[in-house]
Amino acid sequence: MKPQDLATGAENTWCPGCGNFAILNAIKPVLADLDEEGLIPVENVVMVSGIGCHAKIADYVNANSFYAVHGRTIPVATGIKLANPDLTVICFAGDGDAYAEGLDHLIFAAKRNVDITTIIHDNRVYGLTTGQYTPTSPSGFKGRSTPSGLEVPPINPLEIVFASGGTFVGRGYSHGIDLLKDIFRSAILHRGFSFVDVLQVCVTFFNMYDYYNQRVYPLEDHDPLDRARAQEEMKEWDYNSDGPIPLGVFFKKDAATFGDNFKKFNSRKTDLEASIRKTLEGYI
Amino acid sequence: MDESSVLIGGKAGDGITEAGMIIARLFNKLGYCLYQYLDYPSLIRGGHNFAIIRAAEKKVGAHRDEVDYLLALNQDAIDLHKWRLKENSIVIYDSDEVKSPSMEGIGLPFKTFAEEAKAPKIARNVGLIGAFAGAAGIEEEVVEEVLRKEVPKSVDENLEVARRGRQGIEGREGMKVERRSYPCCPVVTGNELLALGLLRGGLDAYVAYPMTPSSGILHFLAKVADEFSIKVVHPENEIAVILMAQGFAYAGKKVALGTSGGGFCLMAEGMSLAGMAEMPLVVVLSQRPGPSTGVPTYTAQSDLHFAMNAGQGEFPHLVVAPGDAEQAFCWSATIVGLAWKYQIPGILLSDKTLSETAYSFNIEEARDVPDIKPVIWDGGGEYERYAPGDDGISPLAFPPRPGAVVKANSYSHLASGITTEDPREIETVQDKLLRKEEGLRREVERLASVRTYGDGGSSTALLCWGSNKGVSAELGEELGLRVVQPVVLNPFPANRFREALRGVDRTVSVETNSTGQLARLIRYHGFEADDSILKYDGRPFSVDDLESRLKEVAI
Ligand SMILES: Cc1ncc(C[n+]2csc(CCOP(=O)(O)OP(=O)(O)O)c2C)c(N)n1
Ligand code: SF4
Ligand SMILES: [Mg+2]
Repeated sequence: MKPQDLATGAENTWCPGCGNFAILNAIKPVLADLDEEGLIPVENVVMVSGIGCHAKIADYVNANSFYAVHGRTIPVATGIKLANPDLTVICFAGDGDAYAEGLDHLIFAAKRNVDITTIIHDNRVYGLTTGQYTPTSPSGFKGRSTPSGLEVPPINPLEIVFASGGTFVGRGYSHGIDLLKDIFRSAILHRGFSFVDVLQVCVTFFNMYDYYNQRVYPLEDHDPLDRARAQEEMKEWDYNSDGPIPLGVFFKKDAATFGDNFKKFNSRKTDLEASIRKTLEGYI
Repeated sequence: MDESSVLIGGKAGDGITEAGMIIARLFNKLGYCLYQYLDYPSLIRGGHNFAIIRAAEKKVGAHRDEVDYLLALNQDAIDLHKWRLKENSIVIYDSDEVKSPSMEGIGLPFKTFAEEAKAPKIARNVGLIGAFAGAAGIEEEVVEEVLRKEVPKSVDENLEVARRGRQGIEGREGMKVERRSYPCCPVVTGNELLALGLLRGGLDAYVAYPMTPSSGILHFLAKVADEFSIKVVHPENEIAVILMAQGFAYAGKKVALGTSGGGFCLMAEGMSLAGMAEMPLVVVLSQRPGPSTGVPTYTAQSDLHFAMNAGQGEFPHLVVAPGDAEQAFCWSATIVGLAWKYQIPGILLSDKTLSETAYSFNIEEARDVPDIKPVIWDGGGEYERYAPGDDGISPLAFPPRPGAVVKANSYSHLASGITTEDPREIETVQDKLLRKEEGLRREVERLASVRTYGDGGSSTALLCWGSNKGVSAELGEELGLRVVQPVVLNPFPANRFREALRGVDRTVSVETNSTGQLARLIRYHGFEADDSILKYDGRPFSVDDLESRLKEVAI
């Protein structure tokens, strides 16, 4: 399996220079490699996307996919994983998608530590609806719904997922594909809820390339198993200030995952009729 | 006496539901068919709860206003229900609680009995049952057998309380409950029957967020999950419920979910997604009075049109409203098959009355479950999730399936599952959904989707749906009227309905809502309800209620 085998005939309609290309170009080789290495056959992968520019990725990868609705990648992915734990389920969600419309699902997925991966295309703007603020837009952001500047500061999604119990927290950037591939690969291979916020630049509505290029740096000498350090690193940048922006895997932890105890329920009873009659006897 | 009705009442927390079930099981042992109506407000302690247990030698599906025995754990239970007493009815009450009985009755100190027997205070209800059994001439062995099975703990102490109750009544026996010959059947709630039917239909998973009156299904399935090897999930909210369910469906697992109107509102986007992405789902919608929070623990049939139209866009909505125990079981099994064959969301429309009433259920009368199979991909050629097939049905494949890339999509899509905005393709997708609906309509016409009861020769017909089937059928028998019940409401089986009404010149629809939703539905299909009898006080029709309302419209 080569990355090009994962292409589809769909016409790509992202703007030239859009950071979504980096995510697409990183995920295809990662999936191809995992398949080649016999770690995850590509037919076991299911991509779940929301609605927004990011979500078109479902059309652009020739793999199983569920192109869901705005904000709802995570519950769909959770259902797929619970239904069949042999599947590798990866969500591709927008920042509007995961942090506004579907924040409740993100917190619960982290809390449950369900074994899925969530990749957030965090362009810090609503791309497809042409440029409104999102929960990670900086204060003062002049979007089409906030022409005089956003009054409130952004959330730090890494801290939210960490506080909620997620067991893999990372941040990537749509410039520098090797680091992005490494993060994706370890996120997918991690057993538990993996979360990657990708600073994906929207060239059309919020072009942050220069800003990020001056500030991002890869985490070095960092042990993601060190909880306290992980938290410090997450606080390093609050999505609002001008501070340096660390990239990489901040936090990792081994823990039981939701649905582990469901595996025993995969064997179907053969004689339903008899089980029903037996149950009914208890009601006489 | 061919039938008896017993009312037991007290406060929330007095164990009324359990006591009602025990009384029902006593009658069951004596050869009666049971119907237990439960009435309780939305609170955990206090208020007034009561159960009416109606036992008859023939099948009954409704309660009566009058009772033969009134068993009162507090003053309210007498004051609120004395209008139900007949001349020879017997009142038994807890004299430790009821200080000024507003009528003649037998007062016994059940609280003291419980204390003396070192039983928990709640065992007052068992004392009352002991006294009732004594008064009704029900043998002590029968009482002991039932109590041993039903009382969760301190069984011997409870038996002692029952014995004291029985002794207290000696010499004051009333109407004797004779043995009859109705087959001894399990006494099961509608929710449990809906759940068992889903299991019979091959359910793999159930997803729900608690909401009265649907929660009984969640509780029951969670309890039997091991036994039936199913997965039961309670997620963060109803939006997650219906989306998670679609994950199960996508992966090939038969899934159902349950809620009431408020939760179903949150599910509207998921309904529409299931319509477009063609995800088979069974949604149990158990109605209660709205709008909004309305009256949580009471009954209504006011969400029929909401169910038929939930979700943006045009896609097939299958809506089935079973009306009794056997229909609840058979149709919940059948709807799983239909949802999977047509890859659509199917709604099983219940209400508080059907969901929480306990019925005698005879599984031998519930064997009519057609074997409806999904269309599965045969592995030939290139797989396309939305390939145009017969009747618009695309063969299903579930990942991991080497050679098949399964792409589900909420956007308008090509056969491959890839998004399209091409004008011709948009129409192709819509036509495919309409073709599925047409196939479904034909299939529904082949099933027993309209039922008739009462006098088939009568030119006057009562039209009813859902839980009003029981009370309508009983009065149909008694008054010589025809009763017509469409069980499938959408797609509407108009041919069967027309057939059922052949020779009828007057129709009266019987509904528990304020606008006549069935009447409105049939009008759309070219039929008329000449009169509507509507009730929207949250309470189901009793036999007597409906009988007098029929008189008002000169029947
Ligand atoms: C329930 C619902 N509300 C609103 C929309 C309109 N809508 C489509 S995409 C979008 C925002 C997308 O922003 P984001 O998730 O950040 O994705 P991006 O386009 O930036 O990749 C919105 C609000 C919708 N499709 N569904
Ligand atoms: S609008 Fe922004 S996010 Fe959307 S495709 Fe264009 S550059 Fe990318
Ligand atoms: Mg965005």
